[in-house]
Amino acid sequence: MSVSQGTASVGRAPARRASGTTEWLQRALPKLVLAPSFAIILVVVYGFILFTGLLSFTDSKILPSFNLVGWENYVKLWGFRNWITALQNLAIFGSLYIVFCSVIGLFLAILIDQKIRIEGVLRPIYLYPMALSFIVTGTAWKWFLDPGIGLEHIMRNWGWESFTFTWIKDGKMAIYCIVIAAIWQSSGFVMAMFLAGLRGIDNEIIKAAQIDGASNFNLYRRIIIPILRPAFLSVFVVLAHLAIKSYDLVIALTNGGPGRATELPATFMYSYTFTRNEMGIGASSAVIMLMMIASVIVPYLYSELRGGRR
Amino acid sequence: MAFLEINGLHKRFGAVDVLKGIDLQVDEGGFLVLVGPSGCGKSTLLNTIAGLESISEGEIRINGRAVNDLHPSQRDIAMVFQSYALYPNMSVAQNIAFGMEMRGVPKPERDKAVADVAKTLQISHLLDRKPSQLSGGQRQRVAMGRALVRNPQVFLFDEPLSNLDAKLRVDMRTEIKRLHQSMKTTIVYVTHDQIEAMTLATKIAVLKDGLLQQFGTPHEIYNNPTNLFVADFMGSPAMNLIPAKIEANGGGCAVVLTRDGSTPLHLKAGANDAALRAHAGREVIFGLRPEAITDVSGADRNSSGVVNADCHVEVVEPAGADTYVVTRLGGREVIGRMRSDMQVAPHSTVPFAFNMDKAVFFDPQSERRIA
Amino acid sequence: MSARNSMATPETAVRTNIYVRALIYAVLLIFAVYYLLPLYVMLVNSVKPLDEIRQGNMMSLPMIFTLDPWRSAWSTAQIGVQPTGLKPYFLNSVLMVIPAVAISALLGALNGYVLTKWRFKGDGIIFGLLLFACFIPFQIVLIPMARILGLLGLAGSTPGLVLVHVVYGLGFTTLFFRNYYDAFPTELIRAAQIDGAGFFRIFWRILLPSSGPIIVVTVIWQFTNIWNDFLFGASFADFDSQPVTIALNNLVSSSTGVKEYNVHFAGAILAALPTLIVYVVSGRYFVRGLMAGAVKG
Repeated sequence: MSVSQGTASVGRAPARRASGTTEWLQRALPKLVLAPSFAIILVVVYGFILFTGLLSFTDSKILPSFNLVGWENYVKLWGFRNWITALQNLAIFGSLYIVFCSVIGLFLAILIDQKIRIEGVLRPIYLYPMALSFIVTGTAWKWFLDPGIGLEHIMRNWGWESFTFTWIKDGKMAIYCIVIAAIWQSSGFVMAMFLAGLRGIDNEIIKAAQIDGASNFNLYRRIIIPILRPAFLSVFVVLAHLAIKSYDLVIALTNGGPGRATELPATFMYSYTFTRNEMGIGASSAVIMLMMIASVIVPYLYSELRGGRR
Repeated sequence: MAFLEINGLHKRFGAVDVLKGIDLQVDEGGFLVLVGPSGCGKSTLLNTIAGLESISEGEIRINGRAVNDLHPSQRDIAMVFQSYALYPNMSVAQNIAFGMEMRGVPKPERDKAVADVAKTLQISHLLDRKPSQLSGGQRQRVAMGRALVRNPQVFLFDEPLSNLDAKLRVDMRTEIKRLHQSMKTTIVYVTHDQIEAMTLATKIAVLKDGLLQQFGTPHEIYNNPTNLFVADFMGSPAMNLIPAKIEANGGGCAVVLTRDGSTPLHLKAGANDAALRAHAGREVIFGLRPEAITDVSGADRNSSGVVNADCHVEVVEPAGADTYVVTRLGGREVIGRMRSDMQVAPHSTVPFAFNMDKAVFFDPQSERRIA
Repeated sequence: MSARNSMATPETAVRTNIYVRALIYAVLLIFAVYYLLPLYVMLVNSVKPLDEIRQGNMMSLPMIFTLDPWRSAWSTAQIGVQPTGLKPYFLNSVLMVIPAVAISALLGALNGYVLTKWRFKGDGIIFGLLLFACFIPFQIVLIPMARILGLLGLAGSTPGLVLVHVVYGLGFTTLFFRNYYDAFPTELIRAAQIDGAGFFRIFWRILLPSSGPIIVVTVIWQFTNIWNDFLFGASFADFDSQPVTIALNNLVSSSTGVKEYNVHFAGAILAALPTLIVYVVSGRYFVRGLMAGAVKG
C-alpha cells in the first residue's frame, strides 16, 4: 500500500516504517473526522437548498410534488400583493433597522470610549437585549405599543388627553413598531462591535491628530470613522442578514398584522408553505430570500477570505 | 536665555509622582536626548512638553513663551512617534498635509510644502501610497516629513527607531543627525538606547524614577558620571564597578581590590588625591571603563596614571576589532579591552594595564561620585 | 488662552471639559433607561394583580405584591389547549439545548482542529462552504428537513430538534474553533507528533485543555441561539417537544379571553431567565471572545 496519499500535512512526522495501513489511517484520519460534518453540511445545507430550489419549479401544494411547471411560481409570486407588501416592508424595515442601529451603536460607542467610569455597568445594560429571544422582545414591547395600556394610556394618565399612539393597529405604521423593537434588541450589540473597533485604534494616531490641531469633530470625521470602515462593513453584513431572516419578532409583535400589513418575506414563506398549502410558492419565496442574503454575504466573504487567510 | 526651558516640572497621576522636579535647558539648535530605563518618566516628560499631558507644577517655556497651558497644536511643536502614527486611511501626501489643512493653509501652498519635504526626504515617489503599502523605513520618513512640514520651533521624537531592525536603525540615526545639522532645528529626543543618545545628542538628560540623574554633554556624561546609576547605564560594555578600599600612605592613595586566590591588588590612584584621602580606610566603589583596562603595550601613552598588574584571566571574548578579557577583582567580573592580536589564553595570568586617570569613585551608600 | 480642564489620561488623549462630560453621562444614562425600561415594566407588572394593571399605570410600582402570576405562568396558564403553564415546555427546551450545544461544540472543535492543523488540498474551499452555511435563511431548508425528519421517524420529537440544531450549528461552531486554533502555535502540535502522539491524543491532551476561552464563547453563542430559536421549534416540534419559545408565543398571543398581562410578563421572564443568567455570568467573556476574532466579520 502506498504510503503517500498526496495529503500534505505540514511538518511531516519523522519517517516511521510502521505498517502501511496504520500510516495511511493516521494520514486519512483528519479527513475522516472532517468528512461527516462536511457531508452533513453538504446535504442539509446545499442539498436542501437545491431541493427547495427544485420545488420552486414544481406545482407542490400541501406535499412536495415533482411536476415541473417552469417559472410559473415566480411569476405568480410577483402577482401577490402580500409579497409586494412583504418586500416593501423589508426595504423599510431593513434600511431603518440598519441605519438606526449603526448610528445609535456608533454614537454610544464613541461616548463610552471617552473614559467613562461607569462603563462596566453600562455595557451589560446595553447588551443584554441581545441575549433575549425575539419572542421575549416582542412580548416586552407589545405592552408599550398597545394603546390601551402602553404609551398612549400613560401619556393620557399624565394629562395629555388627546395623545394617540395607535401605530400598532395602523396598517401603515405597524411596521415601524417592529423597527423600534428590533433596534432596541440589536443596537447594543452594534455598539459593542464599534467599541471594539475604536479600542483597536492606535492611541498615537490620536495624539498625532491633536498635535496637528484637529478639533474633536475633525478627529472623528476625518480619521477615526474612516478607520472604522471594516467595522461598518461587519455591522452592515450582520444586520442585513438578521433583517432578511426576521421572523420571530414579527410573529411575536404583530403576527403579520394588522391584516397582513407587517408581512415580511420570512413570514410570507412560512404561511404560504405550511398554512396556505402553496408549497411551490413558498419555496420560490425562500429562494428569493436566499438570493438576497447571498448578494450581501458572498461578496463580503470573498473579500474577507482573500484578504485575510491564505 | 535658553530656547527650551523646563523649570521645576512635577507630574502626578493621582497619588503617584511620575516626574519629581525636572530642570532642563536647551539652546536653540540643540539636540537634547532624554535617556533612561523603562518607567523612568522620559516619555511622560516628552508628552508634557508636547502638551499631550498636563503638568501638576512647574513651567515650560519655548522661545521665552510659557506654553504649559496651551493646546498641543498651538505650541509650535511637531512630534514623531514610535509607531509613526500615520493616518491609515489617507495617502502619504494627505498625511503630511493634514496639519496644514487643519490650520487652514490654502491648497496650493500645502501642495508645494509637501513636495518640498518629500524631495528632502526622498519620498516623492511615495506620495500617493497608503501607509500600509510602505516599509518600516519609508513610514518613518513620512512621519518625519509630517513633522518637518510644520516647520516648528521644537521637534519631539518619541523612540522613533525602536521599531526598526538593527541595520535600518543605524541608517536612520545617521539621517536624523544629518537633518539636524543641515536644518539646525531644536530637538528633544527620547530613547532607551544609550548608543543613540551618545551619537545624536548635544546634551543628554539621564532620568531614573522621575528624577534627573545628570544633565550634560555626552562627553561629561560618559567621562564624569555624577552617580553610580549614570556610570552604569551609559557605555557599552558597561563600566566596571568594583567594591574597593582606599589606603592612604605617604606617597598618595592606593585602591585596594581583593583577588580570589591571590594577594589583594594595589593600584596607585591618579590625580584625585585630595578627595580620595578623605575616604581613606573606607569602602568605595571603584569605576573604570573596559577601554581603560588594556594590555600593557596598548595602554594610553599620554596618560601618566597607568598601573600595570598581573591578573588571572577567566574568559576571553574575541570580538573582531578587540578582544574582551574578563578577570575577577573585588568579587566582581571585570572586563578589559585588549588588542585583537594579543594572544591571551583563558586561565592564564597576564599583565593588565589600568589607566587610573580615567578612574571614578563612588560612595557605596549614597551612590554619589566622590572623586 | 485659559486653561481647559484636561481629562487626558494615558489611554485616551481626547480632551473634553466638564460640561461636555456631564452631557455625555446624561445621554448614556438616558439610553440605559431606554434599554432597561421594558425589563423594568415586565418585572414590575409581573407581580401585580390584574385589576391593578388595568386600572393603574404600567410604570408604577406594585401596590399589591403577588407571586400568583409567576405560579400561573409556570404551571397553570393556558398554553394552546392545555392549562399546563410553561413548565413542561421549559423542560423540553432544556432537554433539547444541552445535547445540541455539547454535540455541536465538540464537532466544531474537531472540525476546527482539522482545518487548521492538518492542512490538505481544498480545505480552503471546504471552509468557505462551511462559512456560507452559517448565513443561509433557514426558511430555505424547512421543507426538505421536515421530510427527512419524517423519514427518520424523528418528526416532532426532541431528538429530532437536537439533530436540526446540531447540523445548523455546525457552521458557526466550526468557524469559532477554526479561528481560534488558527492562532494556536502549530509548533506545539509538531512537537507532540515528534513525541509520538497521534491525531486524537494531540486533540485531547494539547489542544482541548487550552481551548477554554473559545469553548466559553461557543457554548454561550450556541446556548443562546438554540434556546431562543423559534422557527425550528414552530416547524418541527410536536406538543410534547415544543420548546419554551413556542409556548411563550402561544401564551401571549392567545386571542381568546382576557389578556393576563401579569402572567405574560412572568412567562416572558421565565423563558428568558436561562439566557439572561448565562449572559450575566459570562457575558464579558463572550463579548471579549467575539471581538477578539471568534467571528471574523
